[in-house]
Formats: sequence, C-alpha cells, structure tokens
Amino acid sequence: MDTKIIIGIIVAIIIIAGAVMALGGGSQESKIDIVGSTSVQPVAEKLAEVYMKEHPNVKINVQGGGSSVGITSAQQGTADIGTSSKELKDNESAGLTEYMIAKDGIVIAVNSQNSVSALTPDQVKGIFSGNITNWKEVGGSDAEINVVTREDGSGTRSAFEEIVMGKETKIKKDAIVQSSTEAVKQAVKQDPNAIGFISLANLDESVKALKIDGVTPSEATVTDGTYKVQRPFLFLVKGDAKGAVKEFIDWVLSPAGQEIVKSEKLVPAK
Amino acid sequence: MNKRLEEYFVEKGLFITAIFSIIVILLIIAFIFREGFPIFQEYGFLNFIFGMDWAPSDGQYGVFTMIIGSLCITILALIMAVPLSILCAIFMAEIAPPTMTKILKPVIETLAGIPSVVYGFFGLIVLVPFVRVQFGGTGFSMLTASIILTVMILPTIISVSVDALRSVPLEYKEASLALGATQWQTIKNVIFPAAIPGVITAIILGMGRAVGETLAVIMVAGNVTQIPGSIMDPVRALTSNIALEMGYATGLHYNALFGTAVVLFLMIMVLLVIANYYHYKKKVVIGGGYL
Repeated sequence: MDTKIIIGIIVAIIIIAGAVMALGGGSQESKIDIVGSTSVQPVAEKLAEVYMKEHPNVKINVQGGGSSVGITSAQQGTADIGTSSKELKDNESAGLTEYMIAKDGIVIAVNSQNSVSALTPDQVKGIFSGNITNWKEVGGSDAEINVVTREDGSGTRSAFEEIVMGKETKIKKDAIVQSSTEAVKQAVKQDPNAIGFISLANLDESVKALKIDGVTPSEATVTDGTYKVQRPFLFLVKGDAKGAVKEFIDWVLSPAGQEIVKSEKLVPAK
Repeated sequence: MNKRLEEYFVEKGLFITAIFSIIVILLIIAFIFREGFPIFQEYGFLNFIFGMDWAPSDGQYGVFTMIIGSLCITILALIMAVPLSILCAIFMAEIAPPTMTKILKPVIETLAGIPSVVYGFFGLIVLVPFVRVQFGGTGFSMLTASIILTVMILPTIISVSVDALRSVPLEYKEASLALGATQWQTIKNVIFPAAIPGVITAIILGMGRAVGETLAVIMVAGNVTQIPGSIMDPVRALTSNIALEMGYATGLHYNALFGTAVVLFLMIMVLLVIANYYHYKKKVVIGGGYL
C-alpha cells in the first residue's frame, strides 16, 4: 500500500512540474537576449537581475561567448543585444548602434615588494612577449621576470592583447596561465618577481599597480582617458533600439543603472 | 493480487534504476563523440593528437603537450602515492591495534571528503610559494600538482587496499603462522601476494582520480602548453584545458575541447582495460582458490 501511495505522489509531482514548465513558456512577457563578452557578462547579469525585479513582465537572458560572438549575434539579429568589451572596427560597426555602458581599466600588476613602479607600453609589450626577461632591464633588481597571463578566450586577455601587444606580437608561450583574476592576483602576490594583468575592478592592496606612461590607473584617469590601457563595455543593437530593448538600455544609462555599474566597481560611462 | 502487483512494480522499478546508469553513460559518450567529431574531421585526428601547438585564436589545436602533461603529473603522483598508501594499508589491515585503526580510518576518510577546490587553494597559497623558494622557478609546476594529487589519491588507494588485504582468507594467514613464519614473512609472502588483484584495482582507481582531477591541478600546475623539460616546469593537463576554456569556446574551438574530452575518455578506457586484465590474470594465478 505504502509504495503505491509514494509512486502516486511521484507521478503527481512529475505531472505538475511538466504542466508548470509547459505553461510557463506561453505567457505574455517580453524577452531580451543578451549575448557576448564574458567580461561584460557579470555586470549585464546584475543589471538584468535588478531590472527584472522592477519589471516582472520582462525576462532577460544573459549569455557569454566572447566579444566577437556578441558582434556577430547583434549583426545577424540572433540576439537582441550583443555585448563587446573592445572597440568595434569600421567593418564591424556597420548597421549597429553602440551604447557604451561602462569603462574598465586593465591594470598591470606586480608584487608589492617589486622596486619597479612604472613602465612604458613598449616595456610591458617586451616583457609579455619574452624579449625582456630580467627585471634589471627595466630598472629593477637582478631577477628573472615571471609572467602570469590568463587563458585563451578570456576577455581581459584579449583586451590586453589588443591594447598593449598589438596584432602581430603574441604573449610568450611559457607564461604561467591562471584561470581567473583572483588566481592571477594570488600568483603575483606570492611571487616577488611576477607580473600580471587584472581588471581595475579587482585591484586591491595585495598587489602593486604599475604606472603606464607615468599615469596611475584609477577611476579618475580611466574616465578622463589619460590612462591608456582601458576598454569600453558596449551594448550593440541592430538598427535602432525599440520597445522593451530600448527601455532596458535607457534604464541602464540612467543614473539608477549607472549606480549598479559603479557597484560592480566599473567606471560609469558618463 | 495486491502482492503480485507490488512484486511487479518493485521488479520493474529496480530494473529501470539499473538500466538508467547505462543509458546515462551511453548518452554522455554519444554526446562527447558527436560534439568532438568535427575537430577530427576538419583538423585531422593525428594532427589533433600529435600537434604541439595549442592556440585556438590562431586555429592551432594540438593536444600532445597536454597528453604528456596529464601522463607526467599522474605518473609522478603515483610514484609518490603508491608506496605510501600500500604500506599504510598493510599497517592498518595487519599490524595496527584496533584503537589505532579506529583513529586512522576516520582521518583517512576525512582526507577523501575534502573538496578538491580546497586542496587547490591550499596548494596555491602554501605549496606553490614553498616550491618556488626551495627549488626556484615560479612554483607552478608538475611537482606541485603531483604533490597535491598524491594527497588526494592516498585515501582512495588506502581504503580499497585495506579491504583487499582484509578479504584474504584467514586460513592463509593461520597456515603461514603455523608453519613458523614471522608476521612480516606472512605479510610479505602470503597476504600481500594474495591481495594483489585488489591492490591493483586500488591503484587504478587512484590513477583514474588523478587523471580526472581538474580544479586543484588548474590552480597549481601553471597550465602552460609545453612538453615539460623537468619536474619543475609548468604543464597543462587535458582536464584543465577543457575547464579553462569552456566558458568562451565557440565553433571549432568548442569542438576541439570536446575532442580533448574524447582523448581523455580513450585514455581512461585504456587504463581500465589494462586494470581489468591484470585483475583477472592475477586472480587466476594466485591462490588457486576462491579469491
């Protein structure tokens, strides 16, 4: 007897769950798909979460894939909003409307015991490409430079490659690969001879941020553009934004939305 | 009527649960092979397996450095773990007084229960700086990863070996001792040889865990795609490669990661086949009895 009751309950639960799922898809609500940069993803998710709380009839789905995926999906219209954490090239931006929602600085970080506190972009390039291998070549102590990088595909890495390394130069092959900003920070923190790059949003006291061209990375220097190693966070829409998508983007660019950008430790666009 | 219905339901229910795991594993295999197939087709199976360069942004998908990386880390970990754990298992099964076993057993079980991310974090914070200071280099190395893996696979090998040693029939031991053999002679010449199939299974299970471990290895191995020149060089394991890049991969890169999974899968299948072969072979040869 007991087993039958239990089986009955299980069957009932399955039927109810199935019904809920089947009916859930059919209701009248607007859906926004956001696809693209994995660097933009966290802030986009946070924005979507707050927005959905305020507008229960809007459903926002945020996915990663990378900036190039964001650009293609916006162009082809497979996503309502494509996101990119790099400037668009001329041939990419055709037919797209760009909305800059935030800016992010990329900090070149070294151990706090390191005597070097400023580098030129060329020196950074030399270090990461393997042409400069000793700290004394850039004015530090006589010790080998341990380069720490991120995995292929990481948004921070591709932005760093694009801004600092340029098209032809590659990050050297035997650089230590760490899987997250936190891991890079940890690696730099415990090795006096290490160098790595992290997002300004994740900078704290545990590592030393290098001046690039004499400019210290900070919210102020990223905003006024004097700190050069920075990237925009873009929302891309095919043609002009309409309806629910436009309302969402307007809200993101409004003070309320920019406040959330700030709480994610990014530099607001305006 | 009621009873017969109950029998029927229980029987079918058990059958479904039994078949369920088989269906799941078949589905997983089919999916991995289907998703990984395009990379073999477009890049070439041999190019993929023996290619030395992994640079997805340039369209280079060679996983040979990672196959070597996975094998090296695993072998080094086994070299350290096997003697340690087998001796520990012999102590626990044959020599330790009951009170000692009562303490040792839960401690070793706790070791198995610690999540791998905790091992990885411990490695990153404690072991990596230690290795860097003691041996130079960056500290992210094959050796560091192997040490972490050694600790992780110890409990697996120990507990399965202890069971194997304990399941040796008491008559064997009694006969040996009655013939005047010392306890060490009994262990060395009777109990351990009789338990070898089980011990091999234990080692293979440990090896499987070492090959499959991902998170802890990512955090301490350095993940550089190169053939290691020494045990102090950083390496990338197959599992780490998948976990590192899965978040971003699209198109052929995505297929290449599933291709990596296929390679991993084949490696583990080969290991299992070898293990079963030895298990079976030793089982027949030794004891002539019902072991």
